[in-house]
Amino acid sequence: MSRHVVATAQEIPEGGRKLVTVRGRPIAIFNLKGEYFGMLNRCPHQGGPMCEGLITGLREAKQPGEYLYSRKGEIVRCPWHGWEFDIKTGQSYVDPDKTRIRTYPVEVEAGAAVVNGPYVAETIPVSVEEQYVVVEM
Amino acid sequence: MTALPEGAIDCDIHPSVPSVQALMPYLEDHWREQVVMRGIDELNSISYPLNSPLTCRADWKPASGRPAADVATVARQALDPFRTSVAIANCLYGVQLLFSEDMGAAFARAVNDWMVKEWLDKEPRLRASIVVPTQNVEMAVDEINRCAADKRFVQVLLLVSGDTPLGRRHHWPIYAACEKHGLAVGIHAGSSYHNPPTPVGWPSYYTEDYVGQAQAFQTQLTSMICEGVFTKFPHLKVVLLESGFTWLPAHLWRLTKYWRGLRMEIPWVDRAPGDIVRSNVRFSLQPVDGPPDQESLLKLFDHMQSDELLLFSTDYPHHQFDGNAALPNGLSAELARKIAIDNPRATYARLMETVG
Ligand code: FES
Repeated sequence: MSRHVVATAQEIPEGGRKLVTVRGRPIAIFNLKGEYFGMLNRCPHQGGPMCEGLITGLREAKQPGEYLYSRKGEIVRCPWHGWEFDIKTGQSYVDPDKTRIRTYPVEVEAGAAVVNGPYVAETIPVSVEEQYVVVEM
Repeated sequence: MTALPEGAIDCDIHPSVPSVQALMPYLEDHWREQVVMRGIDELNSISYPLNSPLTCRADWKPASGRPAADVATVARQALDPFRTSVAIANCLYGVQLLFSEDMGAAFARAVNDWMVKEWLDKEPRLRASIVVPTQNVEMAVDEINRCAADKRFVQVLLLVSGDTPLGRRHHWPIYAACEKHGLAVGIHAGSSYHNPPTPVGWPSYYTEDYVGQAQAFQTQLTSMICEGVFTKFPHLKVVLLESGFTWLPAHLWRLTKYWRGLRMEIPWVDRAPGDIVRSNVRFSLQPVDGPPDQESLLKLFDHMQSDELLLFSTDYPHHQFDGNAALPNGLSAELARKIAIDNPRATYARLMETVG
């Protein structure tokens, strides 16, 4: 397990996402209200690029005709066939036990720490003043 | 052929109204007179034309008139040879075709009262479905409530093609009444012919009409699932009668595929459609529209992912098989027993109350 610096925090504002590559693997990074989450950019259904999916909320109902809308911004729909995935856990809505996307822990670190610590800066130059998005893989 | 276990429960037989005259004692004065004044001589739909080979098997055909028109004939042809313990009578009469709500309701009452007096009271092995005037949902519910006290009514009968899809909410009072009384909802092949019987318009030939019934069943099943009937009425049992069933796996694959991507449109459908079918929907056996060879048929049963979906039926007097070969070849004794006895018992709550 190593820690990879993939972007500056600024590059992925709240509600935004960015596709990065870590150890040759495409990872979609999402910023949910200041918290960052990473998932493999490959839908478990047929490989759709999750980073291009529509970001939405969770729709549930106890009764026909009801639309209980919660967790706004926390669900991404695969751009290919529309399956919904929980950005935080990678779980699919339609088949939560069997169908999930691999997720990766993501953190924000100060530039000073990144410059000195045991980090791999994938493709970006780092400086002490910035905040960085770090993926653990 | 697979042996039919003794005491089978036949979930779809069709006693006929021999003629409108037979209903006269059961019609109210106004309508009895209307029959005479208007010269009404027939109220049968074109779903089963009298001389179509499908309408009646040759060896069950009477010298004249409609088949299955008296209780002794039905006992001799449909019950005794199959050692049937109970058979559910689904009367297909033109009640649903009428455009007048009042006339539909009057004829539904007459058919149900005729069913009680001429059939249920005379033959203890018979049970029946309540015929309802689907022209008006309130009237249909009134008729269900009127008949439900007689526990020999085990189901409410709807035609697969009516005016609007059966999942739509205006039908729901019917389902609420069924759930309340422990009645199943039986959806039978046939049409009110208020819409073309195919989704692409009016066909020319009977074959097209009959084969096209399967698409109507698929559409109704989809409608009831997507509109949330089984979310609203989780205990409701829906039985598709004379629907065929070999289309089910492919249809569920298709429905599930699109539910996965579009379910946020219908968030109340919170289980895969196949799960809903397995808990709430059943299918009568005949007509077996399966592959001719045994192996492929068994593969199809595998695709259905449950041995609880099929309910034994002869579809008497319709011509779906010859002799006593009501079960397709190659079923295990265990599956034959489930289809013939266990599954019908589990489906029709009221059977247990009157049969034990
Ligand atoms: S590839 Fe993602 S839903 Fe099909």
